[in-house]
Amino acid sequence: MKRLAIIAALLGATPLAAQTVAITNAKLVVGDGSGPVDGGTVVISGGRVTAAGRGVAVPGGARVIDAQGRWVSPGLVAGFSRLGIVEVDGVRETNDAGADKSDFSAALDVSLAVNPRETPIAINRAEGVTRAVVAPDTGKTIFAGQGAVIDLGTDANAVMRPRAFQFVEFGEGAAATAGGSRPAAFAMFRNALLEARGYARAPGPGGGGRITDGMLTKLDAAALVPMVEGRVPMLVHVERASDIVQVLDLVREFPALKLVLVGASEAWMVAPQIVAARVPVLASALADLPASFEALAATQSNIGRLQAAGVTVGIGMINDDEARQARLIKQYAGNLVALTRVPGATGLDWGRAFATISSGPAAALGLDGEIGSLRPGRRADVVIWDGDPLELSSAPVTVMIDGVEQSLVNRQTKLRDRYAVPQEGVLPKAYER
Amino acid sequence: MKTIWATACAVLALTACAQTPAPRSASATTPRGQAKPTFDRDPYPSTYRAYPGVPTLVTNVTVYDGEGGRIDDGSVLFADGKVVEVGQTIAAPAGTTVIDGRGKWVTPGIIDIHSHLGDYPSPSVQALSDGNEATGPVRAEVWAEHSVWPQDPGFSRALANGGVTTLQILPGSANLFGGRGVTLKNVYARTAQGMKFPGAPYSLKMACGENPKRVYGSKGQLPQTRMGNMALDRQTWIDATEYKRKWDAYEKKVQDGTAKSADQPGRNLRNETLMGVLNGEITVQNHCYRADEMAQVIDMAKEFGYKVTAFHHAVEAYKIGDLLKANGICAAVWADWYGFKMEGYDAVNENLPLLQKAGACAMIHSDDPNGIQRLNQEVAKTLADGRRMGIVIPDEVAWTWLAINPAKAMGIADRTGSLKPGKMADVVLWNGNPLSVYTRPEKVWIDGALLYDANDPRRRPVSDFELGQPGEGDVK
Repeated sequence: MKRLAIIAALLGATPLAAQTVAITNAKLVVGDGSGPVDGGTVVISGGRVTAAGRGVAVPGGARVIDAQGRWVSPGLVAGFSRLGIVEVDGVRETNDAGADKSDFSAALDVSLAVNPRETPIAINRAEGVTRAVVAPDTGKTIFAGQGAVIDLGTDANAVMRPRAFQFVEFGEGAAATAGGSRPAAFAMFRNALLEARGYARAPGPGGGGRITDGMLTKLDAAALVPMVEGRVPMLVHVERASDIVQVLDLVREFPALKLVLVGASEAWMVAPQIVAARVPVLASALADLPASFEALAATQSNIGRLQAAGVTVGIGMINDDEARQARLIKQYAGNLVALTRVPGATGLDWGRAFATISSGPAAALGLDGEIGSLRPGRRADVVIWDGDPLELSSAPVTVMIDGVEQSLVNRQTKLRDRYAVPQEGVLPKAYER
Repeated sequence: MKTIWATACAVLALTACAQTPAPRSASATTPRGQAKPTFDRDPYPSTYRAYPGVPTLVTNVTVYDGEGGRIDDGSVLFADGKVVEVGQTIAAPAGTTVIDGRGKWVTPGIIDIHSHLGDYPSPSVQALSDGNEATGPVRAEVWAEHSVWPQDPGFSRALANGGVTTLQILPGSANLFGGRGVTLKNVYARTAQGMKFPGAPYSLKMACGENPKRVYGSKGQLPQTRMGNMALDRQTWIDATEYKRKWDAYEKKVQDGTAKSADQPGRNLRNETLMGVLNGEITVQNHCYRADEMAQVIDMAKEFGYKVTAFHHAVEAYKIGDLLKANGICAAVWADWYGFKMEGYDAVNENLPLLQKAGACAMIHSDDPNGIQRLNQEVAKTLADGRRMGIVIPDEVAWTWLAINPAKAMGIADRTGSLKPGKMADVVLWNGNPLSVYTRPEKVWIDGALLYDANDPRRRPVSDFELGQPGEGDVK
């Protein structure tokens, strides 16, 4: 809270987060899977939601924002992204997603690279994304490193939760990294976790280097300990149905593992096993091509079928311009609603579709007590929209993060304004802003 | 197999087999009074044939005609593969199937001017990766159709989810001169020729900017810079101009009846395509992101007397809408892709509306097997962004970005791209407003044949590749 107060003070004109604000007359979306309700009110105090719903009283002294019937929702949560760690994918020096020449892997801490000034942060914020799960990419091993959960605020401190999870690749990509086959990937995985367990019991002498009689560096082993002990989740990219089953089976040897599946194009084929294992899924929403031999059964109905089977599901974008296009999750969720009108397809109703980009991914990371909905106690990430948030024509008019109203200006809006008329005026364009 | 086929043909001589060989396309015929062509200009002709349809009248629908026109509560009639009539109310001729489309929309089929389906198919494995002949920066001699794998599952997704009825397959952008593109009807066939849009002009894919200089510069080879790109482009056009001069002189001798067989210049596949551009027979589809580079290319086209038909990707086209308009050049763009490489850094969400406002020819394109399934949605996003900045373009006018404009830039606007009587009945019935995220194609007709029906699993194509695989015939 101290951080917020300082930021609010620095920004001067923006209201203090500590101030009580009531957004009234809202078409209210709580984000918990329920549908929108008219005439809703959201009360924010101290950067948190204190109440949301119909018939909620406006506290005395609260600043009132009349939403005039507009849609009001929690800020969107990008369930799998590389926001804030890549400025331009193709410009290597601005791309901190992966380190394929590093001797370290599981130890790599992506939170150290997050830059709240990167342009994709502001661009996605302007479209209603307020939080993002940020994962590193793999290098020499199947362990990509420690991911973070960030906010997309204008303040200088974007990292909400560093070292929030370990990200691991399985399947085709991992096979190549691990030496050429899926069994090699599983061997690499088992060895690393066994070494991490041993390291946790007996760290040995201090200093760097590799662990005694082991293959891991001490830093990598140490970084895997919270995962093997179940203190942080393990996000696993896996697509093929048979690979998913194998990954679920890892808990037999490592029972504390808290698995979260990412991508999971063929998950619908093994939905009962996923439900039984109580493993959430951050799925690619619209992948419907056999883009690889591990995604032959990909269908846009994947998420709908998982939801129907009882899986906790959120939309994640992997290998899908995830460094910059998290804003597309609205469109993706809307398409899941569209599927309800396609014979034979399985889609989601509106409320559940919205949950796949709010409370769903938050729950997958164990953070639904903090973000992803407007239930009392959650961080006050609130968006007021000019229309249905899932509709293509809609955009935010107000975005709040931790109760602080955010700027919606970015490089793109400035370029747009500069070139609203393409011809030069009395001076070159460089003088126009 | 050959023998069996010959026998079958003998038996079926009065039906399908009798129609082979296919008629050559127009460009290969010899107009009366001219010298006989010295070589076959159309050696891989289209063998596409429309599938049978039934006369169909769709009533009570909102119609966007693809040229900017709109009829509320209107009707569309098509028969014998052609659009017959579009109007408020149309009486159903005897034998017509009538579909009540209340609450639904009818549009012309979507046309994607920039696709790599078939050349970079699914699954994206190296063995099927045939889109870039990245062995030299000038590869005008390659033809994309020779890479098209007609079993790409992506065609079916573009049809069923995207309502795409026509698409241009281009070579990739590794090269300055990538090769010839080909236009396809989105109808599965056993061969690439079987998908070819009959009589569509060929195109030449060119690329400026980062890709060619990265691919060849990294090998220590020309081009390593943008000035290297331009230098090699210009030298190539100089050489092509010389080639054309020799052939023009020879063709004149042929016409004058003074040609000896020894006079015939040697053929060069690369220069044949470039000569086609210089003769105005082949369109130029030029991958180019930055405004300043597009301006350089415009001048280069003037220097050598050819025309750029469309700049593709063109993320900075909004900076030079006036220049594009003045030169009659179209821009084929995404709605909101940005920043994945340096030359895409200055993208804005309002590129299309800004181009429309400037009076330039503009259209959406996909360049992507996923994006091609949602081109209508891409238009909806950028249209709304434009309106938010005060550029109010009606929905039916925005549909030109998906229909008549790409048809024009592909040289097929006289045959498809709008719902005008006599044109190909390439028609989509949408189950709602096609600019809403909640809408999908319900039926898609190509040349009047019903080739997708959301209500009929047997009208959902499944390519050979997907047969016997997990998920075969699923809704996708």
